[in-house]
Amino acid sequence: MSARVGIVLFPGTNCELDVAWAVEHLGGSPEMLWHADAELRGADAVVVPGGFAHGDYLRTGAIARFSPVMDAVARFAAAGGPVVGICNGFQVLTEAGLLPGALQKNVGLTFLCETVDCRVETSRSPVTALAAPGDVLRLPINHFEGNYVCDETTRRRLRDDDRVVLRYLRNPNGSIDDIAGVCSEQRNVVGLMPHPERASDALLGSTDGVVLLRSLLASASEGAAVA
Amino acid sequence: MRYEARVEITHLAGIADPQGATVERSLPALGYENVSRVRVGKSIRLVIDAPDAAAARAQVDEMCRRLLANPVIEAYEIELSELAST
Repeated sequence: MSARVGIVLFPGTNCELDVAWAVEHLGGSPEMLWHADAELRGADAVVVPGGFAHGDYLRTGAIARFSPVMDAVARFAAAGGPVVGICNGFQVLTEAGLLPGALQKNVGLTFLCETVDCRVETSRSPVTALAAPGDVLRLPINHFEGNYVCDETTRRRLRDDDRVVLRYLRNPNGSIDDIAGVCSEQRNVVGLMPHPERASDALLGSTDGVVLLRSLLASASEGAAVA
Repeated sequence: MRYEARVEITHLAGIADPQGATVERSLPALGYENVSRVRVGKSIRLVIDAPDAAAARAQVDEMCRRLLANPVIEAYEIELSELAST
């Protein structure tokens, strides 16, 4: 049975169809989850896609965090279910406290829309299980607030516990420790600034995001087998 | 009682402030060479009905921690003033 991937849709989300297309293309079953519904419709994995949830008013992700669906996402995450936030989704997950740190304005106040090289730092995460540490992936980034910040204690913990999932080879936005993606303490919640769904077919210019999405589908299927 | 609260939100000390840094770098281009430590924050004003000033301040503080500011990267200061009843 193919893995059911719930894709959270807030007002202002705009990458949900790209994620759905990529999930389906790779053999999964995408399922849209409206932010006002407090249930995950039997999803085996959850993606919080990119965009401008609730207009990004106040701070990116600040309002989205209080949408009813986020309680269900938090419960799913606490039970060990794989949750991935991409770009704005990463910002939402930090605001919700499901991931440490915060994402603030890029150094130089430049909106970045380019393809960058990212190094896989660990295979112990739901998006890198099928990749090897050291693999370099060319992935699109598209953000104004991707500058990852956290306090010194958190930074040390992320490093010591092998929780940095992806690092930029050339830091585009000022992120601390070149961080492009991190995972939670239980490792099942991941935030990524790059967009794997936009690198999921040769027509898009890169297929390097496929390994990340395949890893997610694989970890979703494991969860489904357990449930 | 009715109060006006002014909340000033700034970056925590030690957290880089890209907006402040960019503004600071642009000032010398206009001839202002003697400016340093530029910090850019935000200001939120709201009116709140509460039994007394302490209760109003406690609630604004709670709202800051839960929504108005992000304690991971931001500090906030609350200024409260009583509004004349009409």
